[in-house]
Amino acid sequence: MKANDVILQTATKVVFFIIFLFSIHIFFAGHFAPGGGFVGGLLTTAAIVLLLLAFDLKTVQEALPFNFMIVVAVGLLLALGMAAGSFIFNVPFFTHTFGDFYLPLFGLTSLHTAMIFDAGVYLVVVGSTITMIQSIGGDS
Amino acid sequence: MEFVWLIFLPILAAIIVPFLYKSVKNVHTGWFVLIVPVALFLYYIRFVKSVLNGEVHISELPWIPSYDISFTAYIDGLSILFSLLITGIGSLVVLYSIFYLDKKREKLNNFYVYLLMFMTAMLGIVQSDNVISLYLFWELTSISSFLLIGYWFTKDRSRFGALKSMMITVFGGLMMLGGFVLLSIMGDSYSIRELIANAPSFIDHNYFTLAIILILLGAFTKSAQFPFYIWLPDAMEAPTPVSAYLHSATMVKAGLYLVARFTPVFASSEVWIWLVTGIGLLTLFWGSFFAVKQTDLKAILAFSTVSQLGLIMSLFGASAVAYHVSGENAAIFKVAAFAGIFHLINHAMFKGSLFMVAGIVDHETGTRDIRKLGGLMSIMPISFTVAFIGSMSMAGLPPFGGFLSKELFLTSMLSLNQFDLFNFNTWGILFPVIAWIASVFTFVYSFYFVFKTFGGKRAHNAIPKEPKEAPIGMLLSPVILAITVVAIFFIPNMVAKAFVKPAVVAMQTGLYTNPSDVDIHVSAWHGWQPELQMTLGIIVVGLVLFATMSCWQKIYRVQPEKLSLNTLYNGMMTFSEKGMNRLSRLYMTGLLRSYLMYMFISIVAITIIALFMQDAFKVDFSSFAPVNAYGLMTAIILIISVIMVIVAKTRLAAIIALGGVGYSVALFFVIYKAPDLALTQLVIETVSVALFLLAFRYLPEVKRHGETKGIRVGNFLIAAAVGITVTLVALSAHSQKLIPSISQYYKDTVFTEAAGGNIVNVILVDYRGFDTLFEIAVLAIAAIGVYSMIKLRLSRKEKSDESE
Repeated sequence: MKANDVILQTATKVVFFIIFLFSIHIFFAGHFAPGGGFVGGLLTTAAIVLLLLAFDLKTVQEALPFNFMIVVAVGLLLALGMAAGSFIFNVPFFTHTFGDFYLPLFGLTSLHTAMIFDAGVYLVVVGSTITMIQSIGGDS
Repeated sequence: MEFVWLIFLPILAAIIVPFLYKSVKNVHTGWFVLIVPVALFLYYIRFVKSVLNGEVHISELPWIPSYDISFTAYIDGLSILFSLLITGIGSLVVLYSIFYLDKKREKLNNFYVYLLMFMTAMLGIVQSDNVISLYLFWELTSISSFLLIGYWFTKDRSRFGALKSMMITVFGGLMMLGGFVLLSIMGDSYSIRELIANAPSFIDHNYFTLAIILILLGAFTKSAQFPFYIWLPDAMEAPTPVSAYLHSATMVKAGLYLVARFTPVFASSEVWIWLVTGIGLLTLFWGSFFAVKQTDLKAILAFSTVSQLGLIMSLFGASAVAYHVSGENAAIFKVAAFAGIFHLINHAMFKGSLFMVAGIVDHETGTRDIRKLGGLMSIMPISFTVAFIGSMSMAGLPPFGGFLSKELFLTSMLSLNQFDLFNFNTWGILFPVIAWIASVFTFVYSFYFVFKTFGGKRAHNAIPKEPKEAPIGMLLSPVILAITVVAIFFIPNMVAKAFVKPAVVAMQTGLYTNPSDVDIHVSAWHGWQPELQMTLGIIVVGLVLFATMSCWQKIYRVQPEKLSLNTLYNGMMTFSEKGMNRLSRLYMTGLLRSYLMYMFISIVAITIIALFMQDAFKVDFSSFAPVNAYGLMTAIILIISVIMVIVAKTRLAAIIALGGVGYSVALFFVIYKAPDLALTQLVIETVSVALFLLAFRYLPEVKRHGETKGIRVGNFLIAAAVGITVTLVALSAHSQKLIPSISQYYKDTVFTEAAGGNIVNVILVDYRGFDTLFEIAVLAIAAIGVYSMIKLRLSRKEKSDESE
């Protein structure tokens, strides 16, 4: 599928970042407003799929030179590690904790270990879907 | 020191064996391994003194305390005897193997790991007081036996024999597990000691006979009793040290151990006595009769092992009679247990030495075919002497240990006729008769084994190697065993006091309290008794038969190959393989449609049945949200999209219409205020349409015309059924609440407990975090699956391209 879609390609270059930033926002918003790791991950995937449609697989692979299988592994490790980390503090598996911290630039922020778990979810979702798309799309 | 740990010593030692093998190349690995059984033997022998005074030792290691399952080492007369046999013969076998297996050519690391694994398993069987851990060790012996028989795995016969032994013994093991479960239900305990104590309370239970049969299936398969013995001759493909150790001295005696151990529980049953004694005697005869047919040295010994195991089994069966008789007559029936244990010791000694000699002959001449052998007496004098002692003990001649136990065996068989319960006084006459005939054949094959190998003339061309006497290290173990065989004849009462009597007490709990109560004195000369007359008869008839063997050996050809048990086994194996194959082909059609059909039909059936059985179907319109214009419009779009999916002529149109379905569902979520779901649904729909389009070009064209009317109607019915079911479930679930909704709890706690505001997401990451964890794991597995399937296909394609 190699047509010269100038309009699509030009628009994509901007829209990609908008969707991507939105997905990051959605991801962080998750705990209090609609959103979360799963939707965030899917939105990021959607952004990458848009890239794939506008450009070809090779270009996208050069632009995002990750092995997405490793992204899956990192995500799983993060999620499982968070859940198992509670053992260190001698509390049951999967116990979350939270607190308010003063961060520079952000001000008073509520931080939550659930965020780490959600980041794992995000990474697994992005990694898995892109791995599938790349392997199916790359087989020619 | 908790000695229960010692059971695990061999298997722990096995961990370092491969490293020793790799790093210390100059020393035979066996020397290191030898330390383990020797150390254990020396440790266990310390128990003998206290055990013969009637003490027992218990050491416990909890395993699954909530199910009352533990590793309990229980040392009494029976388990100490077996433990000493396992470690003692184990030491000799390891010593022998050092010279038998070449350190350069053989994979010693594998061999010794398996052997040590077996040692742990066997010690576990004989010391476990908990039936569940006993079963575990039982299966571990089957597995290690499998690995050891298949040690030379490049040979077809080895693999065949390994599989055969595994199939039969594991089958028996599973049956036995069933028996244990029944027993533990009846006796309300997993502990053998407690089961024995509770036994009188459940002898009338419905499951009692069933439990007997199941447990005996385990014992009979393991101890190679008729008709399960067929695995033992094929197991002879194992290296000879293994045959000597597992398949004559220890593992095949596990079944005997089990029978002995459970005698106090089952002795009251007629079924038990008849089955154990009858099958044992039948096996004794069968094995000895067919041993004469064999031409392979190890096959002769295998059949003789089968037969001797049958002998001990029948004695153990007869020992249960003692529980039914009291008073003055009782003494005669108490001989059986004593004789059984005594013969078990003798058999381990002489059969171990005979196997080792067979291995030496094989090693030094390159053949085990008795038709090619002969005249080795002058070349291998020490081996001949050992073989002679072993065989004569087996034949039951003085001055060897076997004579004494054989006499006791005849005594107890003769006594059975005097037992006046369970029809024994009518049928009982058969026992001594069969025992006598079997003993004659035992005599014949013992002579056959030793004199056809070592006696006669040497056939120079037949033997592949120039024979010579084995190295001293290889002879050491069989010589030690042979010396023991002779020694037992001269000090039988010391052996009886130290080993046999404590074991008898453990086997017949309730009849004795202390080993010194066992009032049996063994003597070589006990007058002109029927036993002695029978022995003389055996010698005379045996000698005649041996001399005229070539004349009557033809009768073995009368039995057609088709009617043998091996044919039955092979037939069953082929039948089950083919049958199972056909069965799975029946439903594994390779058509995706069939699989989807199975799934959908079962979902519908299970849900509908559950719905009506529980009378759960109910619709309550009052709680439904009001329908508005947006909702109506969305519903119309949804229905139009669904119809488009069905009627679409091309896949592309169908995919886009399916996307429409998804988007309208997302709209519903928006209308009914579920922003999280709406968001997710929208993005999912977008990504999956893109994915569909990617995979689209690999799919074949839609071929609607290829479908018959029947298939289309079937599809329609299934689709409609699924739709209706889901609707019914949704309506019913909405209309009734069996339990109060959990939403209020979430509302109350989402901020205080989880410090969040969005319940949906907090459920995902916190309340039901486990679900999410597994979901992402599944997602990751799916990704890996897609990746590897496509990459695999690619690499295969590349290969076929190259070959073109």
